[in-house]
Amino acid sequence: MANTSLSNAVEEKSLHFKLNLQAYTLVIALVLIAFIFGLLTKGEFLSSRNLSNLFTQMSVISILSIGMTLVIVAGQIDLSVGSLVGLTGGIAAILQVWFGWSTTMVVITAILVGALAGLWQGWWVAYKNVPAFIVTLGGMLIFRGILIGISKGQTVAPLNHSFTALGTSYVPYVIGSILAVASILLLYIWTYRSRKKRISLGLKVKSAKMEYGRITIYSLLILLLIYMLNRYYGMPVPMLFVIAFAAIFIFISVKTPFGRYIYAIGGNAEAAALSGINIKKTILIIFILMGALAGVAGIILTGRLNAATTGAGDMYELDAIAACVIGGTSLMGGKGNIIGAIIGALIMTSIDNGMSMMNIETFWQYIVKGLILIIAVWIDMAGKKNVAA
Amino acid sequence: MATYALEMKGIVKDFPGVRALDHVSFSVKKGEIHALCGENGAGKSTLMKVLSGVYPYGTYEGEIYINGQKRVFKSIADSQNAGISIIYQELALVPEMSVAENIFLGHPLLRHKIVDWNKLYKESQKWLEFIGLSLDPQTKVSSLTVGKQQLIEITKAISRNSEILILDEPTAALTEHEVEILKEVLKKLKSEGVTCIYISHKLNEVMELADSVTVLRDGKSVSSNAITEMNENKIITYMVGRELKDLFPYEKRELGDQILEVKNYSLREQGNRNKSIIEDVSFSLRKGEILGISGLMGSGRTELLMSIFGGYREKGVGEIFIEGQKVNIKSPSDAIRQGLAYVSEDRKRFGLVLGMDITKNSTLASLKKFMKHSIVDSALEIKGVEAMTKRMKLKTTNLETKVRQLSGGNQQKVVLSKWLLTNPKVLILDEPTRGIDVGAKFEIYKIINELAKDGVGIILISSELPEVLGMSDRILVMSEGKIKGEFSREEATQEKIMSCATGGI
Repeated sequence: MANTSLSNAVEEKSLHFKLNLQAYTLVIALVLIAFIFGLLTKGEFLSSRNLSNLFTQMSVISILSIGMTLVIVAGQIDLSVGSLVGLTGGIAAILQVWFGWSTTMVVITAILVGALAGLWQGWWVAYKNVPAFIVTLGGMLIFRGILIGISKGQTVAPLNHSFTALGTSYVPYVIGSILAVASILLLYIWTYRSRKKRISLGLKVKSAKMEYGRITIYSLLILLLIYMLNRYYGMPVPMLFVIAFAAIFIFISVKTPFGRYIYAIGGNAEAAALSGINIKKTILIIFILMGALAGVAGIILTGRLNAATTGAGDMYELDAIAACVIGGTSLMGGKGNIIGAIIGALIMTSIDNGMSMMNIETFWQYIVKGLILIIAVWIDMAGKKNVAA
Repeated sequence: MATYALEMKGIVKDFPGVRALDHVSFSVKKGEIHALCGENGAGKSTLMKVLSGVYPYGTYEGEIYINGQKRVFKSIADSQNAGISIIYQELALVPEMSVAENIFLGHPLLRHKIVDWNKLYKESQKWLEFIGLSLDPQTKVSSLTVGKQQLIEITKAISRNSEILILDEPTAALTEHEVEILKEVLKKLKSEGVTCIYISHKLNEVMELADSVTVLRDGKSVSSNAITEMNENKIITYMVGRELKDLFPYEKRELGDQILEVKNYSLREQGNRNKSIIEDVSFSLRKGEILGISGLMGSGRTELLMSIFGGYREKGVGEIFIEGQKVNIKSPSDAIRQGLAYVSEDRKRFGLVLGMDITKNSTLASLKKFMKHSIVDSALEIKGVEAMTKRMKLKTTNLETKVRQLSGGNQQKVVLSKWLLTNPKVLILDEPTRGIDVGAKFEIYKIINELAKDGVGIILISSELPEVLGMSDRILVMSEGKIKGEFSREEATQEKIMSCATGGI
């Protein structure tokens, strides 16, 4: 038996190494992309103005990929989010432009409509056992159809200033800087406390040098970023939404039983059910949350464009799924994380943004993004194979 | 020296930091059934992977001789060409294809480059008859029982002129009837001159089938003898390196009040209301009692307890009382709330989330106990799991190890930890020691006894008669969905139970 535990320890070590490598491949890919585009655009890609644009652009896909991570980790899929972004944004715009509703009211309504759409889909998936692929493929058509129907095929514009502010305004410099400093402080305190706790519980910890070194690098990056953004108009409000929702959902996925159950269901639904987990209810809630997040994304998109169009959000579901997969979420379920998905969204958006800056024709963006998706999964699979052999 | 079909000499296989095989020599005579025994992690699978070319030549030291000739296997195909076939525990058949297609998968019979279906079926028929299976080769594999599928695997191997057949735990998933058929097939193959290497934890099968037995322990070959010189106890002693005086640490206990009562419980197949799975079963269980449930596979044991636990796809009818209170259990979460716990016979499918770590698996059924302000308190959680794994003697230093990487015995201990953390009043154990090594078995028996002493009511379902006889205070025998007999510990014998289970008496 000594044999077994030893070989386990070895396996573990190599696995750990692989995971680290994988975490770094994302960062390396990101740095590489930034470097290449920076070079090709003579630094324009990394300018304050463009970074600000980039983070505004990525916000919609990021918000979607946060919810999509939960959906995919639970072993499900949601193909309807693009249409739902269009529908919720469209409803918000119609209520404001045609019926004169206040921004607060339309925001609440859009999120509720999203949640309701999620409830509808979750009910079919969880309680009627129709595969999520089919239900949400249906939803994709249904929601788009409703949008075209209620908007009578027209573009709905213009919106109140308070609405467009949600997609286009900036956080004042001072507040942005305070947020950055506060988050750095939190990072240090959190790392310190979690290390102390792990040591007191006898769990493995990485060396203090490595761990604090890493968060120091993160802190410098945060400072650099806020400095760059403040050189333009400051942190874009949509970016603030992304950070807030990411924080909330990371907390949910790591710290609550609900989050734990999502991973258990995706990992082994039968074992989860026999452990007393209510699978139907959990899946229903996941779809409701996904729908609500699609509502948030719809608001941001509509606000940014200052208009609702019938084609808004088209194909966003694929970008969101791609972002999750690039970020290491397994379509088999049970594995994935939100930070990875957001980095994935950043990679996808950077390619869009960088290539448009270089005036490369749009068709290339599709081709490159498609290839990157395949390569990302290939790297993931290759990593697994090495461990298995 | 042509009498040896296979000789492996001085095999050394290193993994980073650990020597999995340490100068192992392994010789198998032509036409014999040679059993390979050892605890999990002793090196059996590694040795077979070396033989079958999974680990290519050059990644290990040592030499392999087939029929006296030195051979070099650089791939699985090389070893297959040399006449070696492995049949794994997890079957490698395509469920949606026919028997014939599966037998000739990979080398279809062609005529003018298209599949010659008539010849395919005729040839398959021939091989099936050779094995002694009366089966239509056009049958879909998915409609066959696991036992039949296993025999199809063997047919597939034999049809490729395999001279050396390696069977890895072939009977783990078979019913007793199927085991009998498999034994017959193996005896027939032996008479045809096929050499078999038989890996099994079930020593009674080894004693019955094998001509020779080799025991591995910690990567070394510790014994290789003709079966006539061995007995089960000797094999166990070699496997664990110590004598297990008493495998079943039974102690007489004072039984408490009745804790569980099931009255007139029936269960019917959905869609076919006439076919009953369980028919009018009643039984009771007292605090601190170990109630053994014996019976052949398919007798309804698992279905009965799984549906009482609320985890079976159909709902049963009947009354269930816990501590005298009538309860209505609609789902596993109801059952857990009422103090039931159910350790499934299939831990990988129903017991564990393999990609999750030990801690998270252990608290899956009791996570609500480890919360503060509806947030999981990881300190509380880890302390709880740590205490439990210590009690289980779980062999790992890191609670963040994924359970996928644990041995069968340790995995089972994680499943037990999960259920004990729910503080059950009644613990249902369905084949709790299936596929785990002798050392871990003994530890699990000890834990079961401790729990009984603490007043937990225990239901022990097992196909292994010595286990039921050795552990239980009372034994129920099931057959065809009914309880056919009840024996006290004193009056129960293997013969009585078997004849009751097979419909005698």
